[in-house]
Amino acid sequence: MERIQIGDVSLEMRTAGEGPPLLFLHGGDYFAQNQGFLERLARRWQVLIPRHPGFGGSTRPDGFRSVHDLAYLYLDLLDRERLRDVALVGSSFGGWIALEMCVRSVERIGRLVLIDTLGIKFGGREDKDIADIYVLPADEVLRRTFFAPQRAAPDYSTLDDAEAVSIASDRAATTLYGWRPYMHDPGLRRWLHRVRVPTLVLWGQSDGIVSPDYGERLCRSLPQARFEPIAEAGHYPQIERPDAVADAIERFARAEAQS
Amino acid sequence: MKVWHFSEMAYHPAWPELRDSYRVVVPNRLFDPRIGADLYHRYLDEWALCDELGINIMTNEHHATATCADSVCTIPMAILARETKKVRLLALGMPIGNRNDPIRVAEEYSMLDVISRGRIEMGFVKGVPFEISPANTNPADLTERFWEAHDLILKAMATHDGPFNWEGTHFHYRSVNVWPRPWQEPHPPVWMPVGSPGSAAEAAERGMTIGVLNTGWVRTPPIFEAYRQRAAEAGRPMSPQRLAYMALIGVGDTREEGHRRADQILDYSRTSGIVAPQFMNPPGYASVAQSAQALRMSGGGFRAGRIQSRDGRAIDPRKMTVADAIDAGLSFAGTPDDVFDQLRAFYDHVGGFGHLLMMGQGGLLSHEETVANLRLFSKAVLPRLTELGV
Repeated sequence: MERIQIGDVSLEMRTAGEGPPLLFLHGGDYFAQNQGFLERLARRWQVLIPRHPGFGGSTRPDGFRSVHDLAYLYLDLLDRERLRDVALVGSSFGGWIALEMCVRSVERIGRLVLIDTLGIKFGGREDKDIADIYVLPADEVLRRTFFAPQRAAPDYSTLDDAEAVSIASDRAATTLYGWRPYMHDPGLRRWLHRVRVPTLVLWGQSDGIVSPDYGERLCRSLPQARFEPIAEAGHYPQIERPDAVADAIERFARAEAQS
Repeated sequence: MKVWHFSEMAYHPAWPELRDSYRVVVPNRLFDPRIGADLYHRYLDEWALCDELGINIMTNEHHATATCADSVCTIPMAILARETKKVRLLALGMPIGNRNDPIRVAEEYSMLDVISRGRIEMGFVKGVPFEISPANTNPADLTERFWEAHDLILKAMATHDGPFNWEGTHFHYRSVNVWPRPWQEPHPPVWMPVGSPGSAAEAAERGMTIGVLNTGWVRTPPIFEAYRQRAAEAGRPMSPQRLAYMALIGVGDTREEGHRRADQILDYSRTSGIVAPQFMNPPGYASVAQSAQALRMSGGGFRAGRIQSRDGRAIDPRKMTVADAIDAGLSFAGTPDDVFDQLRAFYDHVGGFGHLLMMGQGGLLSHEETVANLRLFSKAVLPRLTELGV
């Protein structure tokens, strides 16, 4: 694991593969389970895999506590590495960060892939667009998260100390950034027209955390987006269907390259 | 030693209808306002009686629960500030990390202090994890918010040449100017309930009085010791008056009667921890190390392992008997002599404390039984407490 310093943040970051740059922004949980998917992407791209500040072993400075901070941090990362035409891929909470980056600047971003992304609220004040994972019973959260929870959900009883501490840190950090307003930024929807890059919106057909309808609505709110459902997958299709998601991203990249 | 009568004002009529969670997700259709009014008045009558009996008064608050219908701890305090004349009034306390407006808290406590002519003791609580959801406050920075609110409230109460400016991390006021100023200078005594040596040390640094609840024979001594040690290091004057211990107390003319009363009060312990598991440890509430450990254990809804017998055996609070509770140091029960002897043994075991928080009513213990319990305690136990030398 590399560690890089961006301003006062010391970030855990792994780089895998060679090729054009791809920045993967992970979701709030199940970081380790992205491994297979990321290996697949690394066959074609140079994949940058940072762990967000406060997650895992990445530090979170005092006062660094909003998704806006995360967006500026990763824009700084792209500047620092002098990356161009980056493929930006965000899952769940990471998709929210990706959107916050794109409304600020798409200068270094060539295309955007959003996978079951959070961050927007479409419904009214009494609607729950995003399932409340902190209020629902744990088994229901699992059922809503995965198409096949018995296959996809990790067994935590066998974790070693370091792994357990990492996951506990991830969950605490997700809470810190996303508790209130719950997993969205009320101001973000207004600026989605600024996401002026070709965008692929991928969605697990069985996502019970944010529904495919939400995904389609998000897609319609973006200037250059198309929607593609992933069958037999829940909120983290890249964990349950790594090849299907990687194939979709590769097709999207090829199509964009041709056009 | 000062004694404080405490009741959670339980709305027990709903209990038979509850199953896996007595908190957070219990709809209030299970609360009948007519029955609730009768219960509120009887609990208030019991507290008001304490003024005659020389027992001080302690309230608390919880939210969205049938175990404690006192959702605003300063409301009974306000009523009792006028109904009583002598005893002191403690709220233990106000969940200031969960309240959005610390200035309002300063105003409530200041007004109470003036109306009661300086009889208020003000508690600040971080709050148990299942208070997070009703308040929808971020569990990951609760501690930080708690201390900022604490600092702001004390400054607001102690400042008499306001307004002053406060632009902190969590609270922003550009014209803090609390009216009325409190009766006591610089502000009423400050309390905090604690459940760990770490929190006790934080309180010791600031000279707060700590209230220790449900920690019993095994977990209390290290907490009191951490307080004494940190107070000494910080150069804070130490006295037993900085330490308070809560016990469920059932006293009777016979041992059987005292135990019967304690048994009913124990329904507090048997019910108060029944909470759906997802509310027991919202991410960020506990330390990363504690959460990491919880992750590896298949967690039940009950906070297992928190109550221990003297020899370290885990006691399931739902099934706890009076004998278990006496053994664990959670309850002092029996005849006045029994209660005094158990209290003295506990007092010696933990190295002394200056306040006994007496849960003299809990669960289904009726008004008549509660009054008898309080009266007998006042007559036959209270006078003997001077023997403890505090």
